[in-house]
Amino acid sequence: MLNVLKIAVRNLARFGRRTVLTSTLITLGIVSVLLFVAVAGSFKAMMIGQFTDAVLGHLEVHRRGYVASIDNLPLNLNMQPAMVEKVEQALEKSGAVEAYSERIKLGAMFSNFTETTSIRVNGIDPAKEAATTPLLPGRMIDGSKEGALLNPGEILIPALLARGMKVKTGDTIVLVATNRDGSVNGKTFVVRGILESVSGPSGRDGYIRIEDARNLLRMTQPEISEIAVRLKDPAQLDSVYEQLSEELTGAPGSGGKPGGMAGKGGGGGLEVHTWAALSPFSNIANMIDLLTVFIKIMLVSIVLISILNVMMMAVYERIREIGTIAAIGTPPRRILSLFLTEGLLLGLGGTVLGTAISLVAIYALNIWKVTFNFGMQQGLVLSPAIGAKDVAIIAGMVVLMALLASLQPAWKASRMDPVRALGHV
Amino acid sequence: MTLIRAEGLFKTYRTGEVEVPAVKGVDFAIEARSFVAFVGPSGSGKSTLLNMIGCLDHPTGGTLTVIDTDVGTLDRRAAAEFRGRHIGFIFQDFNLIPVLTVYENIEYPLIMVQDWPEQKRRKQIARLLEAVGMSGQADKRPDQISGGQKQRVAVARALATDAQLVLADEPTANLDHDTAYRVIELMKKMRDELGTTFVFSTHDPKIMGEAEVVFTLEDGKLRAPSEKSAAAHA
Repeated sequence: MLNVLKIAVRNLARFGRRTVLTSTLITLGIVSVLLFVAVAGSFKAMMIGQFTDAVLGHLEVHRRGYVASIDNLPLNLNMQPAMVEKVEQALEKSGAVEAYSERIKLGAMFSNFTETTSIRVNGIDPAKEAATTPLLPGRMIDGSKEGALLNPGEILIPALLARGMKVKTGDTIVLVATNRDGSVNGKTFVVRGILESVSGPSGRDGYIRIEDARNLLRMTQPEISEIAVRLKDPAQLDSVYEQLSEELTGAPGSGGKPGGMAGKGGGGGLEVHTWAALSPFSNIANMIDLLTVFIKIMLVSIVLISILNVMMMAVYERIREIGTIAAIGTPPRRILSLFLTEGLLLGLGGTVLGTAISLVAIYALNIWKVTFNFGMQQGLVLSPAIGAKDVAIIAGMVVLMALLASLQPAWKASRMDPVRALGHV
Repeated sequence: MTLIRAEGLFKTYRTGEVEVPAVKGVDFAIEARSFVAFVGPSGSGKSTLLNMIGCLDHPTGGTLTVIDTDVGTLDRRAAAEFRGRHIGFIFQDFNLIPVLTVYENIEYPLIMVQDWPEQKRRKQIARLLEAVGMSGQADKRPDQISGGQKQRVAVARALATDAQLVLADEPTANLDHDTAYRVIELMKKMRDELGTTFVFSTHDPKIMGEAEVVFTLEDGKLRAPSEKSAAAHA
């Protein structure tokens, strides 16, 4: 095999310019794909992190039917205490859950005493919410970050609302809400801080303490609208989702996965959703994945066509040589392996070089700290990264394509009639 | 001992609907250790006959036995194996592999056709380089040596695997007379030293005079052989 390798290397060197051009093409293809995967993956991960760490959590549990009418924030679809207890027990039991936060979601009228507008409010336990959505405190662009995120009687309001209503930190406002029985109640709050808006659902909601929300809604029992869940390892999302769906809804989750439909359980009166089922960004994430697939298909095409072309030329130009080696008794399988090795080396060379250049480029991008804006988010730092698995898959794909592309020319060479080959002019 | 025996050998090529007979019922026998020439004008069937003896082409009729094997029955793979084991080839255009050195060209059949261990290979190649007078040129590439030297290397390559039979199709056609004569002398010397049977084709009257047995082909048919030396069959 070593001898076949040696002769294959020499044959490639014999047609040096062609070998360099083909390898360069493959190298460029590899660099493009790896850089795209790294940058797109980083962008996707960052955006997903913005949603999951600032607002949604990785998973949310609701009473069945709540998400379908979430725009109305239906108080009559809140989880009753027994349901909440069941969910909490399941979450406590799961070793994959890092934190969870119960929320009461409500729609209210927001008044600064001169103007009134509507607002969506989350009643939260500040400590639990900060553990579940750790980017929430960081979204506070005005107001004291000392002590608890929220004290009783305080509210965090979104920046857009604060600007529109000309409300500042420390101002007193009034929230007026209608409870599930239809009675209206009002309560004054002091603005503790202004929150930077984020794209997606609940990105422009206000926050009050969960006890204040219960008082405002005159709740007689501790109902909960949703429970947001943060996982220790986001990579376990699918398995945790499946497990919780089965446990809480009595049926394995069939959707609600990133990019999937909303996951709905059966008979437990509860439903579990992943962040992807709740956020329209999952479509963008799917588009990024789709683009990556197309880029990979393009790379495969480049490799396939260029190596097929080179190897067909190599066979055509060396017909007499093939005739000679066949005539002196070289077994057809060895002729096959010689040409396959040449194709493989072309693919390997391009892959090794392309991977090396890509890794250096990714490293350089991380050093230069390229920034970009996404929606309301300004100056996000691009941190491209690529996993060893992705590199291995792409490299393996190119090498496999190189081998496949060489197969037809190599087969043709190995099946060549020596007499005709020797007589070729 | 008879090395090659042909009985009623036919070869007909088919081009579309047209059948072109190249060899028409040839009978001959070639003894081991002989130095044999097939002569005749272009198109007389010399190359076709050599191709059939070398298992590069199949007879369409008759039988052809080479080294106790009916080569007409060998499939492509078996034919390649048979060639690799028993037959060496010398070509008109030398057909050395351009990316390999003189040494490596001789080594090629020992590693790609047979699997000789390195030490044995080195010894064999050194012996052959010495025998063909190319010891000083071992590291040169084919484009760095003359036509005569290339054919010497080709002779060494043909003998590398200790082939019992070497077939040479017009081995001197691309050489000037003196060089051609020296190549034929070399082939004869190798026959004497190694006991290898050499069968070659030529249409050069001076070269054919060097053969010990001459078969003359005319329009695919054989005239009676002229034996010039009884020693050829010894």
